Amino acid sequence: MRTWLLRLLVLVTAMLGINYVVWRWLFSLNWDAWWIAVPLVIAETYSLIDSLLFGLTMWRVKRRGEPDAPPEGATVDVFITTYNEPLDLVQKTALAAQAITHPHETWLLDDGNRAELGAWAEANGIGWIRRSEDWIDRPRHAKAGNINNALMATEGEFLLILDADQIPEPNILDRTLGYFRDEQVALVQTPQVFTNVPDSDPLGSQAPLFYGPIQQGKDGWNAAFFCGSNAVIRREALMQLGVARYVGEVEVSVNRALRTSKAVLAKATKQLTPADEHLRASLDEVAYDVGRAQRELRRGLAIADVTYRFQQRVDAISRGLVESDMRALQADLAAIETMSDHIDDIDGGLAVIDMTALDQMSHRDWSPLGALETVRALIGAIDVDRGHEAQPIMPLATISVTEDMATCMRLHTMGWRSVYHHETLAYGLAPEDLGTMLTQRLRWAQGTVQVMFRENPLTQRGLTIAQRLMYWSTMWSYLSGFAALVYIAAPIVYLTIGVLPVDSLGSDFFARLIPFLVVNQLLFFVVGRGAKTWRGQQYSLALFPVWIKSFTSAFGNVFLGRSLDFAVTPKTRQERQGPPWHLIKPQLWAMALLVLASAAGIARLATGEADPLGTWVNIVWVVFDLLIFSVLIQAALYRGYQPDDIHEKEPS
Amino acid sequence: MTEFTVERSDQGVGVIRPVGRLTMVSARQLTEAIAGLVDSGTPRIAVDLSATEFMDSSGLGALIAGLKSTRQAGGDLRIAAPNEQVLTILRLTNLDKVLRPRDSVEEAFDRG
Repeated sequence: MRTWLLRLLVLVTAMLGINYVVWRWLFSLNWDAWWIAVPLVIAETYSLIDSLLFGLTMWRVKRRGEPDAPPEGATVDVFITTYNEPLDLVQKTALAAQAITHPHETWLLDDGNRAELGAWAEANGIGWIRRSEDWIDRPRHAKAGNINNALMATEGEFLLILDADQIPEPNILDRTLGYFRDEQVALVQTPQVFTNVPDSDPLGSQAPLFYGPIQQGKDGWNAAFFCGSNAVIRREALMQLGVARYVGEVEVSVNRALRTSKAVLAKATKQLTPADEHLRASLDEVAYDVGRAQRELRRGLAIADVTYRFQQRVDAISRGLVESDMRALQADLAAIETMSDHIDDIDGGLAVIDMTALDQMSHRDWSPLGALETVRALIGAIDVDRGHEAQPIMPLATISVTEDMATCMRLHTMGWRSVYHHETLAYGLAPEDLGTMLTQRLRWAQGTVQVMFRENPLTQRGLTIAQRLMYWSTMWSYLSGFAALVYIAAPIVYLTIGVLPVDSLGSDFFARLIPFLVVNQLLFFVVGRGAKTWRGQQYSLALFPVWIKSFTSAFGNVFLGRSLDFAVTPKTRQERQGPPWHLIKPQLWAMALLVLASAAGIARLATGEADPLGTWVNIVWVVFDLLIFSVLIQAALYRGYQPDDIHEKEPS
Repeated sequence: MTEFTVERSDQGVGVIRPVGRLTMVSARQLTEAIAGLVDSGTPRIAVDLSATEFMDSSGLGALIAGLKSTRQAGGDLRIAAPNEQVLTILRLTNLDKVLRPRDSVEEAFDRG
């Protein structure tokens, strides 16, 4: 019955929306003012697609009933990832994790390498894992690296992943492991709920629409997302992913190195100094061997064998070089010896070549070939050891700062299933100030956009069409920042200079737009089941500068190799000196411009310059925009969580 | 329970023979056995899978880690005589594109 109603609403919303936007494109554009008319209709089309993707998500909302009992004898490692959180917070989570009833081992994954925490863990029978020495001077890959490191040091069949602030309920495993009776299930995600948030939720921390209908909707399409914490993962799925990725990356990097080798070797040859002229022949030999390796790979020989033989041949070339150097040296020494025979009896052993030293000197990096930096890097890349990474196998994706989404998508491409279990089984802490919250949102958005640029779901083989759209839908939603700009600009343009992007504000326009807006809100209302979804709607527009920055910075990172300015979200309240207005400057400007434009619009109306209908429609629009932005004022003035209940412990 | 026998052949090749199941529970033992050989100056290693009944992705992970450590010590890691299940998981993960199984330990280091 409910599903039937929901689907009807989805269909009606879609039909009304398409009807409106098609009409806008075909019959309503004011081409004289194309510079605002076209951006506006594009923004509206963007919003329509957003709404259609939301409808698709809701189409198959999956409400799972009671979970099965855990599989017999399931072994579990509980991972608590920590970096710089206060020790008492980490310890509280660790003790709660230890108290989980299902048999398991608890591990603190301490990226902060704090001896104090290690001593405490040992005293309490909790494992303490730090990065192995392989990670020294290699990319650390933040949380993904931390977990990848711990995967190599543990052996449980399943992993429960918890952020340092997520305090688990004792039954968290009993309620989730049962899904793994299905051998195809790789992941079970549960909600993230925060205890230090007042009912008004000024920072929009709770995500009742996401950890509810949206995840249930994605689950219906077998696309429930992994969200980094409060999730149980099957180790075999992760390791299989890691092995498959290893193969893929070795293939790509070896082939790339071979492809570029011609240019690298030619350049190295050209840059040989006169003293190094004798290397020319050796570089030619290397070039010949590169060609041989390429031919062997094309014939389908195994990469390990091809690269091994290549390395052997290069070693032989290096050895030849060193030997000829040594022979020259030996000849010189012999000459000196003959001369010195006449003078005195010096130690004749000098001329004997030490074979161990020769071996060492012909080692890749020490030989004359290795002295040519680019050639050494090239030769190093034609191998299967992935020496630039700490571990050859990186099961958790390292292509994005939101490793969870990227990993989950890869699991889905390999045919694994994911589950969203809608029951709160852990309680965490949300940021308590605007600055921290903005940093966190920016990080999520950047991570999502990184995945979009690097592994676009629309082109991933192995995903169903619906799965592609489920991932795409989340990425699409972050484009709202650009649409927001237009939604702010359009009423300002009309109210100040009287340019209307629409042909006319006749009954045609309202008859098409109003029903769509009403049904769309009704859909939200029905889907939300009374949850407070308005905060989410406000923030999706109000944080437009954050979303725009996420696109520009992720673009710079992925395509131009720039840093993202990655920041870890602090779990404690930041020191404050008055409301942080500077963090929301663009929004304050937007609000000021909207208010000024309204004043101008009323003035124009009073002097008879403006049309009353157009003016009032645009003023209603401005009021709506201001209502959206008002949440930021509340957020900037928010002084952190003050529990009403005096029995509750004051957060430190 | 998985057992590992470790030997050195006359040609100076280390031979590791996992008996039973090579899974997430025993993968680290394999990693340690490989490290032991490499550290004692035997970086050419053949893993004899003829008595390995079952392998999971963690077992494959240990082979890859071993491939890395032997290569970096100037040697190599080869696998020999896998059963049908192991061949299947090699194909499933595409690892057969990187590691070519040899028919027997004796052939593992034939012709270099």
